[in-house]
Amino acid sequence: MATSTLPIGQTPSALGTAPSIRRFGDDEDGGRTISTPASQVVSTPSPTLITNTTSSGKYKNGTYTGSVADAFYGNIQVQVTISGGQITDVTFLQYPNDRQTSIEINSQAMPLLKQETIQAQSANVAGVSGASQSSAAFIQSLSSALGQAI
Amino acid sequence: MGMPVIIDIPGKKAKEEIFRKVFDYLSSIDEKFSTYKKDSEITKFNEGKIDKKKISPEMGEVLKLSKGTKKLTHGYFDIEKGKKIDPSGLVKGWAIHNAAKILIKNKILNFYLEVGGDIEVMGGPWKIGIRNPFKKNEIIKVLSLRNCGVATSGTYERGLHIYNPKRNYEKADEIASITVIGPNVYEADRFATAAFAMGIAGIDFIEKQEGLEGYMIDKEGIATMTRGFKKYARPN
Repeated sequence: MATSTLPIGQTPSALGTAPSIRRFGDDEDGGRTISTPASQVVSTPSPTLITNTTSSGKYKNGTYTGSVADAFYGNIQVQVTISGGQITDVTFLQYPNDRQTSIEINSQAMPLLKQETIQAQSANVAGVSGASQSSAAFIQSLSSALGQAI
Repeated sequence: MGMPVIIDIPGKKAKEEIFRKVFDYLSSIDEKFSTYKKDSEITKFNEGKIDKKKISPEMGEVLKLSKGTKKLTHGYFDIEKGKKIDPSGLVKGWAIHNAAKILIKNKILNFYLEVGGDIEVMGGPWKIGIRNPFKKNEIIKVLSLRNCGVATSGTYERGLHIYNPKRNYEKADEIASITVIGPNVYEADRFATAAFAMGIAGIDFIEKQEGLEGYMIDKEGIATMTRGFKKYARPN
């Protein structure tokens, strides 16, 4: 039986801050071992930074450059402009998947593929596939920029 | 790699030792291929400090696979970033698939193995969710998977409604995410990486590939799926 070596959802202080691991659903019948390598940990930002700036202005006016954050497939770095105390511009200074290519895909007549609106599902799952790393890096860089504007 | 590693082996078969083996292997790959480590082989290679003839067998294999993938994807998968190379878009899936082979070699045939949202499963069926690219705590699809790999390429949702695209964004900005199911996570990862770079055309590209199914989500929250995708999806 496998044993957990780290508490799930908590950040181990010895390794520094790490993205918290969200569990969806119940444990399977067996162990789950979760480990976060010490290198390149992404610091978890304050969750309130992006939304709901008041009209009286939470931030000081100016332009602030965030830290360069590792999005695994490349770097993310954002620059934030504050005017009237609010975020008025976010620019990507660095963005992953930069490609120099002028090759177009040959698209022959394709069958029409099925479409649907995405809808929240409520199921217990063993795990989740998602592009989490890019998201975390974006938040990290943005929060680092906004942190300078307070 | 800065990402959580999850190994789930149901039942009593798995000893601590087998987990150690997989973690050690993934750490060793990180030591070699992390572009953020000063002493990694890839960093030294990019700094011109390693003779092309003296690269490790793993580096050689990754370079070879990258070349093949570039051809297969009409150049949309390309590890050249300016004067440097960054094979991260292939290394992750390749490493997880190799780690899965360690489990299989040790007669573990029912497992879930994940590194940062890229997953390989054996046995099962395993219920796996697809993350909502606009709401990271929400699942918008439930898959039932056996003996395959799944990977998602995507980007943070532009929840910030006010931004000024001063740069000329490439096709990678056209969609929010694309999830690819393949015979293993190496295939799923490299094709998800390439398909994401293709923007909206990516899902058509996946449709054309044998053995791959895809689920793309555009900026409006409309999903497009390949014709064989439905067999993997569970009703709510």
